[in-house]
Amino acid sequence: MNVHEYQAKQIFAEYGVPTPRGLVANTVEEAVENAKKLGGNLWVVKAQIHAGGRGLGGGVKLAKSIEEVEKLAGEILGMTLVTHQTGPEGKLVQKIYIEEGADIQDEFYLGIVLDRAKEMPVIMASTEGGMEIEKVAEETPEKIVKVAVDPTIGLQGFHGRELVFGLGITDKQEQRKFIDFASKLFKIYMDKDVELIEINPLIRTGSGDFLALDGKMGFDDSALYRHPDIEAMRDISEEDPDEREAGQYGLSYVSLDGEIGCMVNGAGLAMGTMDTINFVGGTPANFLDVGGKANAETVAKGFEIILRNPKVKSIFVNIFGGIVRCDRIANGILEATKKVDVKVPVVVRLDGTNAAEAAEILKNANIENVIPATDLLDGAKKAVAAAKGEL
Amino acid sequence: MSILVNKDTKVIVQGFTGGEGTFHSEQCMAYGTNIVGGVTPNKGGQTHLGKPVFNTVKEAVEATGATVSMVFVPPAFVADAVMEAADAGIELAVIITEGAPVKDMMYAKMYATKKGMKTIGPNCPGIITAEECKIGIMPGNIFKKGPVGLISKSGTLTYEGANQVVQEGLGISTAVGIGGDPIIGLSYKQLLPMFEEDPETKAIVMIGEIGGDLEIQAAKFIKENITKPVVAFIAGQTAPKGKRMGHAGAIVSGSAGTAAEKMAALEAAGVKVVKTPAEIGKAVKEVLS
Ligand SMILES: Nc1ncnc2c1ncn2[C@@H]1O[C@H](COP(=O)(O)OP(=O)(O)O)[C@@H](O)[C@H]1O
Ligand SMILES: [Mg+2]
Repeated sequence: MNVHEYQAKQIFAEYGVPTPRGLVANTVEEAVENAKKLGGNLWVVKAQIHAGGRGLGGGVKLAKSIEEVEKLAGEILGMTLVTHQTGPEGKLVQKIYIEEGADIQDEFYLGIVLDRAKEMPVIMASTEGGMEIEKVAEETPEKIVKVAVDPTIGLQGFHGRELVFGLGITDKQEQRKFIDFASKLFKIYMDKDVELIEINPLIRTGSGDFLALDGKMGFDDSALYRHPDIEAMRDISEEDPDEREAGQYGLSYVSLDGEIGCMVNGAGLAMGTMDTINFVGGTPANFLDVGGKANAETVAKGFEIILRNPKVKSIFVNIFGGIVRCDRIANGILEATKKVDVKVPVVVRLDGTNAAEAAEILKNANIENVIPATDLLDGAKKAVAAAKGEL
Repeated sequence: MSILVNKDTKVIVQGFTGGEGTFHSEQCMAYGTNIVGGVTPNKGGQTHLGKPVFNTVKEAVEATGATVSMVFVPPAFVADAVMEAADAGIELAVIITEGAPVKDMMYAKMYATKKGMKTIGPNCPGIITAEECKIGIMPGNIFKKGPVGLISKSGTLTYEGANQVVQEGLGISTAVGIGGDPIIGLSYKQLLPMFEEDPETKAIVMIGEIGGDLEIQAAKFIKENITKPVVAFIAGQTAPKGKRMGHAGAIVSGSAGTAAEKMAALEAAGVKVVKTPAEIGKAVKEVLS
């Protein structure tokens, strides 16, 4: 689960990680009020969406007067912001963050993620703040300082020294402040079951202080049960409604651009099915893993969600029954055809546990649109042919 | 021969008396697995599925001499269970549980490693030595004995691959589902040399997916150390970047962990890489003839 910048900064503040002062607003009036409350003579109006690259997309603007705050708030609230992370369709801005303008001397990058090879968190820091870190990693990897931290000892002095020397921070006061910043951030990472923290940019001000100017955080979904404070930050308007609804039924769904709807058990086979459709010249419309507890209701829900996508021209149901029993899936297909108007051809391949019973169920039901397939390749080919109207 | 487990392996089940634990323990026993008991706190002294139940893993190991534990404990408590197994001297924990917090598994694996306990999973179908010992949730009937070792991140692709191998008139020595989480136990790099040494295994199928770099590490290892033919499939060639595809670990971050780079690395290591799982069986037949 991801949160907004303003929420990440609330967590930072809780742990004493320095950030500029700021207040979130849902309306232009609130924005103006917030700017007045903050005082000063320089504000930043920042679109709050779950995507980076807002600055370049026109979602982060400086204001030098209250009137300008008002004008910019009016422009940014309600705009559809397109960044390199939103996709071409962009994201609707429903909240903005009014923040005091900071005195930027240098921009750094600081992030913490799991290093999957080392199996421990790694702190990544760079002097190339403000740039996309992937770009830095590709073009000038030597400019990224990586320090893996064994959580059983936590962030020690030497880790901190590796960071500041690696970044070329030479002033002793500044070194102390930076290390303090990094250790607080590491504590957040561990305490809150964070999957990713990224501060880009982390700035050094004219007076030698370090401030988090941006804040991006993602959390381990499997650990949210023990963080009700984080769960409360969920903004469902940022989530894909189909993916969300699928999740409530134990389905894992991701929509794609193609024409062939997929319903599969198991994430690996679901990806393998998409790849096979591609291999035989078709395009998958979605990833859908019905999971290990699939039943008639969840299968029907799966059909409903797949069919909401107007691009879908055929559906490939590919089940290799293990714990999932094929007869249950077959009944699910029957159920679905009663509940949902399945107007496209459905190619069905059911193998493994109770496959024979399942075949019998489908045969007896004799549903018009259902085309049986013998194996994965046969199914993929038939689904592609059916999408072209050749079956 | 086989790797890691066989018909003599003594297995206990943590989370023995729960719904999942009960259902799958029964299936495993029917397959021939030598389950010698189980652990459920506060149910010690009872008998379940004809086997003794213990309060702690320590008691279970003392009483039964078990060396392997199959773990069905719910996600919030699974790390604790794994560490308990390691502490009690279990040699291999097969962790079926899905949805364990990553941080918990990070600590659990560190402790297991320190205690010399191997782990498989979490979020995996388990391990099966065909016609001898099934420790997990896979449909046992499709695994016929034969010369092919299989390692897979995905459960259903394990079944798909094994089934095709059997359809080709071949069979499986041992199949290991290593799981799709960001932190897992035994991986390709540790399992490949076991298959290399196993006289029964003549070819190896490795099934990977997007995310992380275990397949890249495996490619390097194969190039230098593996003489037996390897067939590989990497799932997620058509997966979009930055989207999690079902498994917690199946995500292309930035431009790292794509199927294309993994396939290229494996091909460069002399592995026969197939573009669709539908060709696994045929490819195995080919490399063995
Ligand atoms: N409080 C602030 N004071 C001054 N400049 C700011 C402030 N917040 C952001 N900026 C500027 O705007 C840029 C973009 O903002 P940021 O929060 O990083 O959004 P994004 O990464 O989505 O583009 C920053 O790199 C920084 O130069
Ligand atoms: Mg930024």
